[in-house]
Amino acid sequence: MLAGLQRGARERAVWRRAGLTTNYAVAFAVKAVDVDVVAVYPITPQTTIVEKIAEFIHGGELRAELIHVESEHSALSAAVGAAATGARTFTATSSQGLELMHEVLHIASGLRLPIVMAVPTRALSAPISIHNDYSDIMNARDAGWAILIASTAQEAYDTVIQAYRIAEHPDVQLPVMVAYDGYLMSHTLEPVELYREEHVREFVPRRGRRNVLDVRSPITLGAFATPDNYYEFKYQQEAALRNVEGVLREVEADFAARFGASYGPLEAYRLEDADYALVTYGGAATGNARVAVDMARERGIRVGLLRIRLYRPFPSAPIITALAGVKAFAVIDRAIAYGSPAPGPLYKDVAAALYMEGLTVPGISVVHGIGQRAMYVEDFYGVIKMLAEGASTDKVLFLGLRE
Amino acid sequence: MSGWRSLPAGAAVLRPGSTADNITGTWRVVRPVIDQERCIRCGICWMYCPDSAILELKREYTTRGGKRYEVTYEVDYDHCKGCGICANECPVKAIEVVLEAK
Amino acid sequence: MTYRTIRDLPREELFAPGHSMCAGCGAAIAMRWLTKVAGRNTIIVNATGCVEVTTTQFPHTAWRVPYLHVAFENAAAAASGVEAALRVLASKGLRAPSGEKVVVVAGDGGTYDIGLQSLSGMLERGHKVLYVLYDNEAYMNTGIQRSGSTPKYAWTTTTPVGPHIKGKVQWKKDIMGIVLAHRVVYAATASIAYVVDLANKARKALDYSEEGPTFLHVLAPCVPGWRYPENKTVEVARLAVETGYFPLYEWERGAFRLNPPSNTHMDKSRRRPLKEFLRLQGRFTHLTDQEIAEIEAELDTYWNHLAKLVQAYGQ
Repeated sequence: MLAGLQRGARERAVWRRAGLTTNYAVAFAVKAVDVDVVAVYPITPQTTIVEKIAEFIHGGELRAELIHVESEHSALSAAVGAAATGARTFTATSSQGLELMHEVLHIASGLRLPIVMAVPTRALSAPISIHNDYSDIMNARDAGWAILIASTAQEAYDTVIQAYRIAEHPDVQLPVMVAYDGYLMSHTLEPVELYREEHVREFVPRRGRRNVLDVRSPITLGAFATPDNYYEFKYQQEAALRNVEGVLREVEADFAARFGASYGPLEAYRLEDADYALVTYGGAATGNARVAVDMARERGIRVGLLRIRLYRPFPSAPIITALAGVKAFAVIDRAIAYGSPAPGPLYKDVAAALYMEGLTVPGISVVHGIGQRAMYVEDFYGVIKMLAEGASTDKVLFLGLRE
Repeated sequence: MSGWRSLPAGAAVLRPGSTADNITGTWRVVRPVIDQERCIRCGICWMYCPDSAILELKREYTTRGGKRYEVTYEVDYDHCKGCGICANECPVKAIEVVLEAK
Repeated sequence: MTYRTIRDLPREELFAPGHSMCAGCGAAIAMRWLTKVAGRNTIIVNATGCVEVTTTQFPHTAWRVPYLHVAFENAAAAASGVEAALRVLASKGLRAPSGEKVVVVAGDGGTYDIGLQSLSGMLERGHKVLYVLYDNEAYMNTGIQRSGSTPKYAWTTTTPVGPHIKGKVQWKKDIMGIVLAHRVVYAATASIAYVVDLANKARKALDYSEEGPTFLHVLAPCVPGWRYPENKTVEVARLAVETGYFPLYEWERGAFRLNPPSNTHMDKSRRRPLKEFLRLQGRFTHLTDQEIAEIEAELDTYWNHLAKLVQAYGQ
């Protein structure tokens, strides 16, 4: 019944079906929400987003100011200025660009500005690599932004639209990053259903924001805080970020009603009766893991997959629920947290969440796909077998690494 | 002091010009004193004050010699930090700098 | 509109007292006059620096106009965002247009050094923003470290006067030359000692900012950094101009003009001796006559450069 209603809503909302790269899908989302200011600096593999947005603006399809900044640092700084003035603002970057923005990441969240940024992820220098992994986003994970990681072009399109609702929500007022696999998604074509823009704009209405730069009511933004107040402001940010999970659910309920799609903070695949679980994020790892799970299931191993979509704030409660019943799990990370107790950033989060709940489910930290090292279904199947056989005492695996 | 819930988001300062609440006059070691008799109302002290602490008041003043002025310059001692630029720049030496009495 | 005397200058104070700038601060005088001339219909974007930390300590602000501080090196980029947002929001009918002026305030560290890239980007893109540099010739906020603006031989805490090296080794950077290379419509130097001139230049720069970016380079002496008595700020600033150390000039629509009193200083005999400016300041007390002569020779070279500009672009 509900599914039927949602299908009906979707049929009314869809404007056209197109084969799009995820970068282009993101650009279409930016147009659909009627963004006012775009400040982006070219970097591979982000660049085709801003190229497409430039086409929209120059073609008269989107009324926005495109600021051709001279660096990513200035891209986010200009976005901060625009958002502080009350504009709906978009930026995007990858890799070194996100690193160069890092200082301003904390300022954007500290000033509580609802900027949305797309991050087709990419490995970090040195050595320089233009290929994919998630080192860039993982370095930005504690900057006070909400972070959502999409796994398909359609999801990235939907998530950018949702991101504006979340960012501008009065209980949030924080910037949001929408990440996905650079190249593996940013430059590959997938079928995407684009929505009628009037439907999108109804979903993301303009709310008059308070405390913006306005000569009619002059305020000072970017004040200097002494030890008397600094801590309170930082706690406000933490509290607001914690609100994101609930707001996401609320926003997704409305999104489902209008567009017939929802994703939730995480996606579980064949986990209901699973003895073992793979946990990962993004497009390629999720896709391969899903096939590996199917393979293992065919061979009688009860394994499931948990994909983390909402990465910050970390949705601990549903993750604990999903993993509480398994005998063992493996987290497949696509970044290295150098010198950490475990090399996988997500692994550390999952382990901490379980530990805080008093659970001691055995888990392996798996690293793969570094600098776009090819991840094979067999690699993931091997991890599942290792979990099922309980043979290995390894807690850490660097998959795909030549000895 | 306010708890985190009641502070404005993002440390926005909502009251323009509110530093005026701060009494920076306590910084003063010396104080400028304007001799209204000698002052020629040129406005130079008012123009150069870094703390907007020379007030230009629409208050008439007649000198003992019978010269009438429509404005009077007075020191805002709540905010004057006692730098003495006013006295240094006064073209008629009408501002004396005296030690703050303790 | 031209201000001719003190009587013509705007009365309303938009930069409140009670800030924690030092007694006798030159930059404070600059901020007072900038805001008075710009008026209420102005948005300030401030780089990290002395002015920022001393005027915006929560829960207070000295600013009676909207104000944004983001970081040290990006005031010009943030202002670009503000200006673009005002333009597009007005054109989309999302915000009532009020013709606001966007004004950047940044020190020499935030302009000559760490902020040079974002300044260049803003100038090149043609944002309608007035950029005001208050130049106190070192990183005063962090405790007097040398910047690209610090003059040669000046003492700072990172260019101390030792038996091996005495003060700063390099010359002051020609920031106006860099700005003019962007072919801005209006740029000028100004001094807190010449308030009427400063106010007129701020007015012009604001008016021209309707066409594109404009730039104002204001010399703002610093009591603790230049080491002179706090009542001498205006005197030192005036001597900087009268000795030819800091010439007042403007670039207006492709025309170059020296302003009074600097317009008479092409004739070196009309300048006061450089020593009168230097000897008031503790940062220069160690100078030998030979070093002073060297600074003077460099200044002469700069004046020769200005003479060529007058020749080429003068009216």
